[in-house]
Order: sequence, then C-alpha cells, then structure tokens
Amino acid sequence: MEKHIPKYIPKYIQGATGEWEVVIGLEIHAQVASEAKLFSGSSTKFGAEPNTHVSFVCSAMPGMLPVINEECVRQAVRTGLAIGCKIYLRSVFDRKNYFYADLPQGYQISQFKDPIVGEGEIIVDLEDGSTKTIGVERLHLEQDAGKSMHDQHPTQTYIDLNRSGVALMEIVSKPDMRSAEEAGAFFRKIRTLVRYAGTCDGNMDQGSMRADVNVSVRRPGAELGIRSETKNVNSIRYMMQVIAFEARRQVDILEDGGEVLQETRQFDPASGTTSSLRSKEEAHDYRYFPDPDLLPLEFTQAFVDDLARGLPELPDAKRKRLINDLGVSEYNAAILVAEKDNADYFEKLIEALAHKTNKPKDELATQAANWVIGDLFGALKKTGKTISECPVSIQDATELLVLQIEGTISGRIAKDVFEIMLETGKNPERIVEEKGLKQLSDTGAIDVIIDEVIADNQDKLIQYRGGKDKLFGFFVGQVMKKSQGKANPQVVNQLLRPKLDG
Amino acid sequence: MTDLTKLTLAEARDGLAKGDFTSLELTEQYLTVMENGREMNSYIVETTDTALEMAGKADGMIRDGRATGMTGIPIAVKDLFCTKDIHSCASSHILDGFKPKYESTVTANLWQDGAVMLGKTNMDEFAMGSSNETSYYGPVKNPWRATKEDGRLDEGDYVPGGSSGGSAAAVAGDLALAATGSDTGGSIRQPAAFTGLVGMKPTYGRCSRWGMIAFASSLDQAGPITKTVRDAAIMMESMASYDGKDSTSVDRNVPNYEHALTGDIRGMKIGIPKEYRMDGMPKEIEKLWQRGIDWMKAAGAEIIDISLPHTKYALPTYYIVAPAEASSNLARYDGVKYGLRVEGDGLSGMYKNTRAAGFGAEVKRRILIGTYVLSAGYYDAYYLKAQKIRTLIAQDFSKAYEKVDVILTPTAPSPAFAMGGKSDDPIAMYLNDVFTVPASLAGLPAISIPAGLSSDKLPLGLQLIGRAFDEETMLRAAHVLEHAAGFAAKPKIWWGEK
Repeated sequence: MEKHIPKYIPKYIQGATGEWEVVIGLEIHAQVASEAKLFSGSSTKFGAEPNTHVSFVCSAMPGMLPVINEECVRQAVRTGLAIGCKIYLRSVFDRKNYFYADLPQGYQISQFKDPIVGEGEIIVDLEDGSTKTIGVERLHLEQDAGKSMHDQHPTQTYIDLNRSGVALMEIVSKPDMRSAEEAGAFFRKIRTLVRYAGTCDGNMDQGSMRADVNVSVRRPGAELGIRSETKNVNSIRYMMQVIAFEARRQVDILEDGGEVLQETRQFDPASGTTSSLRSKEEAHDYRYFPDPDLLPLEFTQAFVDDLARGLPELPDAKRKRLINDLGVSEYNAAILVAEKDNADYFEKLIEALAHKTNKPKDELATQAANWVIGDLFGALKKTGKTISECPVSIQDATELLVLQIEGTISGRIAKDVFEIMLETGKNPERIVEEKGLKQLSDTGAIDVIIDEVIADNQDKLIQYRGGKDKLFGFFVGQVMKKSQGKANPQVVNQLLRPKLDG
Repeated sequence: MTDLTKLTLAEARDGLAKGDFTSLELTEQYLTVMENGREMNSYIVETTDTALEMAGKADGMIRDGRATGMTGIPIAVKDLFCTKDIHSCASSHILDGFKPKYESTVTANLWQDGAVMLGKTNMDEFAMGSSNETSYYGPVKNPWRATKEDGRLDEGDYVPGGSSGGSAAAVAGDLALAATGSDTGGSIRQPAAFTGLVGMKPTYGRCSRWGMIAFASSLDQAGPITKTVRDAAIMMESMASYDGKDSTSVDRNVPNYEHALTGDIRGMKIGIPKEYRMDGMPKEIEKLWQRGIDWMKAAGAEIIDISLPHTKYALPTYYIVAPAEASSNLARYDGVKYGLRVEGDGLSGMYKNTRAAGFGAEVKRRILIGTYVLSAGYYDAYYLKAQKIRTLIAQDFSKAYEKVDVILTPTAPSPAFAMGGKSDDPIAMYLNDVFTVPASLAGLPAISIPAGLSSDKLPLGLQLIGRAFDEETMLRAAHVLEHAAGFAAKPKIWWGEK
C-alpha cells in the first residue's frame, strides 16, 4: 500500500537580520548493560553504597592491569549492528589522559583513532509526518569515571568509585540535525534501538544515557559555524532546551557583530540556560596514545555474524510487519514499536487472542491495537506506570477482549470491566459474572423489554409511524437503558424494527 | 656450620634436597649477613619474620617430597613488585606507607614454589635510572670497588647499576642467594654486569606484569639476578607463567630451562652485529667482546657477522617511548587514594604539592619528556615516529634471526662508575643502556653473563640476545660462555665487621 509521506522541510530560526540554520551533533553516552565493568570483574549494579563495587583495578592500585570484558565487546557490536553501522574487526584502546579526583588512573581508557564501530545511518520520524536520515559517525567503548560528591562535607569532596570503569558506548552522530525536534527524535531512536538490542537500559534518570550537545548556527547553506559543546545533558527535555538556548544565544551574538567562541559549556536545569565551562585555550590536551596494557581488540566476521543472528527483530522491521501483515495503522504501529516492551505486550496479546478465538491475527489486530494504545496506555499514563509494571496480565487482557469479540459484553461494558480490573485486580470473567454484566442476547427477554418501552412511549410510536424515522434511535436507546446496557445492540435492532413498523 | 651464603642456588637446592642443611638454617645465615651488610643499602625492608615463617614451610615441603627448584631458597625482591601487606613503594616517596592487599603474580609463583623472601630491595625510583642513585631511600653501594694502580681498594663508593641495583648488590654481596629484578631498558642486565652476576630478561609476555609497579608497560619484564646461568634457569622457570590478569602475557608452555643447559653449542650460529662497535667504546670492552667471540668459536659455534642497521636509533626511540608510557602510568600517583598527600589550595594545589614533593628529579624529568612527546602537535614527530622506528628495530632482529640463533654483544659500554660520577649528566647516564635497549624495544630475551674484569678489577659483562620465546637456546649459549669465561672473582669485603 503506497502512502504519501510529507516532504521534509527545513526549519529556520528567524533573526533580526534574516534566517539562520541551527546545526546539531550529538555524542550520546550509553552505559553498556553488563554484569561487570569494562576491564574488571566489579559489579555495575546501580544504587549501591558508595565504594562497594570497587576492585583493585578500578581504584587504580599500583601494578593493576585491565582485562577486557568480552560481554561488553559483544554489546558494542550488537549496538552497532542494531544501528546499522560498519563493524571493525580490529580496534584499538587508547588512553585519554587528564587529571581529576574521580578518575583514579589519571587516564580514561577509550577508543580514539580506531573505534569498534564505524559509520551508519538511521531514519527518524518527525511530527509533521516527514522522515529524515541522520548519519552516525562512530561508536566506541570507553570507561566511565567515578563520581565526586561535593555536598557531603563543608570543605572536602568525597569520591565514589562505583561507576569507575563501568563500560560506556559513545555514539557520535554526524552534524545532520537542524532542530531540537530532530535531535530529540534521533536520541529517542537510538534509545529505542539499544533497548531492542538489550545493550543499554536507556534509563536517563539513573545516568544510563546522557548526551554532549554540539550546536552551531549559520546562514542557510553557508559554511558550518563555530560550535559550542554542552556537556552531560541527562534528559531529552533538557537537551531540547540546550539547543533552543544555544541557537538563540549564538544568533544574538552573530547579529550583534560578535563571534561565537569554540568552548565547552554546561547546562543549568533550574534556569534552562548554559554557561561557559572552559574555552578552547583551556581545553585539555588529552595526549591520546594506544594503551600498552591492552592488545588491539580483534575478532572474526563469524563472531559478528553470530551476534547479528542473535538480535531480535528491530523496530523498523517490526513496524513494517505490523502494518503490512496485521493491518495495524501507521499511527498505531509507530506508537507500538517505539518501546520494545510495548510491542512485546501487543504481540503476545495478539498471539493469545488468535489462539483463543481461532481467528486470523489480521482480523484481531486493529481492535487489539486500539485497546492497547487507547485503554491500556491511557490507564498506565494516569497512574504513571510503564508497561513493565502493567497491572493487567496478558491472560486477563485476552479474556477481556474475547468477551467483547464473542459478544458476551459490549464495548461500553468492556470499559467498565477494565476499570474494575485496574481497581481490584480481578479477572474479567469473574467481574462480568459477579456484576451480571453479560450481554443480553436472549430474544425473549429483549422482546419483553421492547414491549415495555413501546407501551411506555405510545406518543413516540405514533410519531415514528407518522414518518419520523429518526425516532428509531430513541427506541434503541430506551431499550439499552432499560437493559442497563446489557442488551445486545444487534439483537435489539433486529427485534425492534418489525415491532415499531407494526 | 659452613658458610652457606657462598653457595649457588643450584648447590643450595641440592644441599637442601640431601638434607645437608635446612632452609631455616640457610635463611638464618642470610638474615645475619644482611644485618652486617646494611651499609650497602641494598635492602629497604628486611622481612625477617616472614622469611623464617616461609623457611619453616619450605622445610615442610622438602620433607613431604613436594620441593621444586626454588623451595627453601632465600631471595630478595625488588621493591617494584607488590608484596601483600609488605612495603611496596618502587623506592618512591610518593608511595609512602603503601602496603598492597595483593601479591604480584611473579612473586606469588615464587612463594608457591617455596622460595623464601628475605626483604625488599632498593632500586632507582620507579625503575628510572642506571645507577641506583635516584632512590628516595638513598643510593645503593656496589660491593665491588675499583682497585687502584697501587693494588689498594678505592675508598670511594661505586654504583651497582640500575635500576635493579639493590637486587644486584644484595646477590653480589652474598646478602641473598638470588633476587628478582625488572628490566625495561636494561635494568636487570646492566646491574648484573656491574656486579659480576647473571641477569636475565625473558621475552616480553613470558612473565606476568600483574602486580609489578609499572614504569613503561610495553617494555617492563621481570627476570632473575643470580650467581650463575643455571641459577637463572631455575629461577626463571618459577617466575614465568601465563596470566589471564595481564592481557600482554603470552599463553605458551614454560619449558624446563635447566634442561637446556647441555653444554653443547656446536653448530650454533652466533651473530655479531657490526653496529654495536661504537665510536669511543673503551678498548677493554672491545677486547672482552672479541674474547667472547673466540670462546664461542672454540666451543664449536659458527660466528656470523650481521647488521642491525637501526641500532643507532634505539636509544632515542627508547627515551621517547618509555617516558611517554611512564608519564601516563604515573598519573595515578596524585595524593587522592594512597601514598603521600601534601595538602594545597584546592584539588590542583594538592596535586601540585603532592607530585612536587613525591617524585624525585629523574622521575619528574621523564614525566615532562613523556608529556611533551605525547602533546598535540608533537605526537607525530616524536611518539608516532618512535613507534615506527621501534617496528624497524624489531624487523632488524627478525631478519638477523633468519641467519643466526643468538646475538652476542657487550652488556654495557663501561664497568661500574664512581658514585656521583654521572648523576649530573642525564645523557651520559642514558648511554649506559645503549646495548641493552634494542632487545627491550624488540621484546626479545637477553641475558648478561660475567665475562671478565676491567683494568681496575671491576666486573664486565657480555650480553646474549635470543629469539622471541627461545630462552632455551640463549641459556644454552650463556652457559657455555659462562664456563669459558670462568669468572670466579668476588668483591673484596669493605662493609660491616671485617
């Protein structure tokens, strides 16, 4: 089915002297999902007491040596494959040298010239329905530093080395984004992909993902401008604030005849502004060189192929399948695949429904998708829960939808039953049973109700028979009301018409 | 009881096995002579109680028939090796009070085999030096002193070489039966040559570097300093192992090196590199080298002239690569986690004060050189170029080993020199390593063998360089050279109660 996709239209910032284009590049730091750190066996568990997940290696004791954690290598390769990037069979770990109290070795082991993952590109969806391709420059593995705690003592800083040595993937985009919306979409897409691949949990509030945001502005089509780099932005909302603020700040400087400085900046969430951290002159000289404690990282194409086979279906492919094979709408499909857990819930539900009803999946998919997105997500949103904390099991959800599909309850009753399920945790069949919510399809019983309604509304009957056809709806409503919504609307329709027509 | 401290390691092993004496008796004798030899300053720490306890355990192993070549052998350990709960400071002020909670793999191997630790030996600070004069704990005195023209012993002190100067002095002065050393550019071989001992650096990757305080990671290797080649073979076998905790350690079977000492080198091809015949080389060194060639020929080896064309670049290359790695390896000594801390204004003030007070002049010089050669704008011209030359030097050797089995050279360009004689001239000091650094850069095994005395009766050494992981051929040649040279001189005792 061909569908019209709106053309991508670049968005410019209106300045006093004309239009400006903002150019954005992101460096996303994603914590590798692994039990142990990149070069030591220490645990990576979040939220432990300070300095309890620290080995001799991650505290940089004299004579200690790094040994690569192979699972972290696999995770980096899986991520590269999920993003669709080139995988390098040989990469090199370098030392990035700088002094800081929470960097015990005095250097960070990273990858500089020869990263494990090279170029790729992803397609993001924009709000106007258009799409945009954004390039990925590279992905490399590196160690995280520890944490300085400045608020524990009036004059001293405390150091927590639990994070020291935890594996990070730095995913560097090309400077392909032109608005905060595009940057947000890129970040979300990367987060979706690492969650699908199972290589990063994507929890920004626990610091599992954060970004350095590079922003510059230029006249549309002109050479790239001087950029600022805002470090360690830890939410998508902040990232979009940084971009808006930096773009405006730089446009103002340029329109006042000034020059933007190449510098590192920091974001203040309270004010929504950025401020200078250090200028180009003050920039560190990291003195990168290959880490002599580690051999170059080498693996075979077979190793990569094996990991590729182990990857789950990725969001773009899943979305295509939901649309083409199951007939889910484009809109619903996009929502369902954005989070792997959501898509998994939906697919399990469809599976169970098909099994129970013996109907083909594509007949069930639209109703199930509407229920998941409308009813279930609505309820989760109200209670601030995610799908992983979903109070409704697949089994109960299936039961509820089957009751509806088989005509045992109406759509309206189904909404009531769902409310009760959320409140009480009871299963739907029991609720329907206990509350007597079963749809009335027994023609005899409905006949009685219809007769009563007609008897009570003789004036309306005369009007109907006088040609006021629209009153048919009134009679249906009255019958439904009298049956407390339980009467099967189709049966009511069938029985009511001949009686009214006489 | 006889003086057990004059035995070689192999003799002591055999004596222990036969029950002529116990490890406890042997160890006690050493503890006594160590006390008498303190003015040599070869030990920083004497681990008396540990030694006695280990000797007792070793005697148990011997009784139970679980003895290895090293069981019950009292040895000294260079302060560079981390030893659990025992002072391990690489002779630097900046590691003041540091007692690791772990044992280096090399020393753990030795203790596993029943060796006995007598103490930790002095060294050049962080192994940076060729005279053992850069130690925070003061210089080590060579048990050897020059003999003046009138036949009297010089009253001034001589350096034992470096950086494993404490280990070499302790063994040469009979204050230990053998000692561990570490060699980055010659730090085992040059002090062995200066003290009339055997010093062996195995192939890079043979010994685990885990728990060795790092100087230059791509060059550092542990090895033994012993009285004889046989002793070196026995001790090397114990020290060497593959270690999963060191990514540069190599997973290869460790052979019985002593079995390699067949005494037969007939048909062995010995390479003589013309580039080692340097301008201004003392006549007596050149003569010694020629004697070495003649001995090998007489033993049935074939002498082959070879060329190692990039030799002249080895020293400058080494003094770029090693300081570069050191500048990064030593960044962890910042006053935050362990060792010395000198408070200052804020974090950077504390860093500056701690590192200014904690590092000596030579260490600072190398950190500065290393930082410079890695800096933006200089990296390509220095570090990158040095790496390329390093590759060429390794290729020189590979080509040579297509034609020869081992290479024979002098170990050092001079005998031991007077203390203070070169300490103001870093270049003159660095030249000490001119014959030892090429093998280090190529990662090859090399050994220094005592081969004669200088005109003023100081020991001189010859070096054999082997193929990668072919320590056996090298040791076989060294064993023959040792016997041909018949070096039997001992230093005249000037220390302690005479």
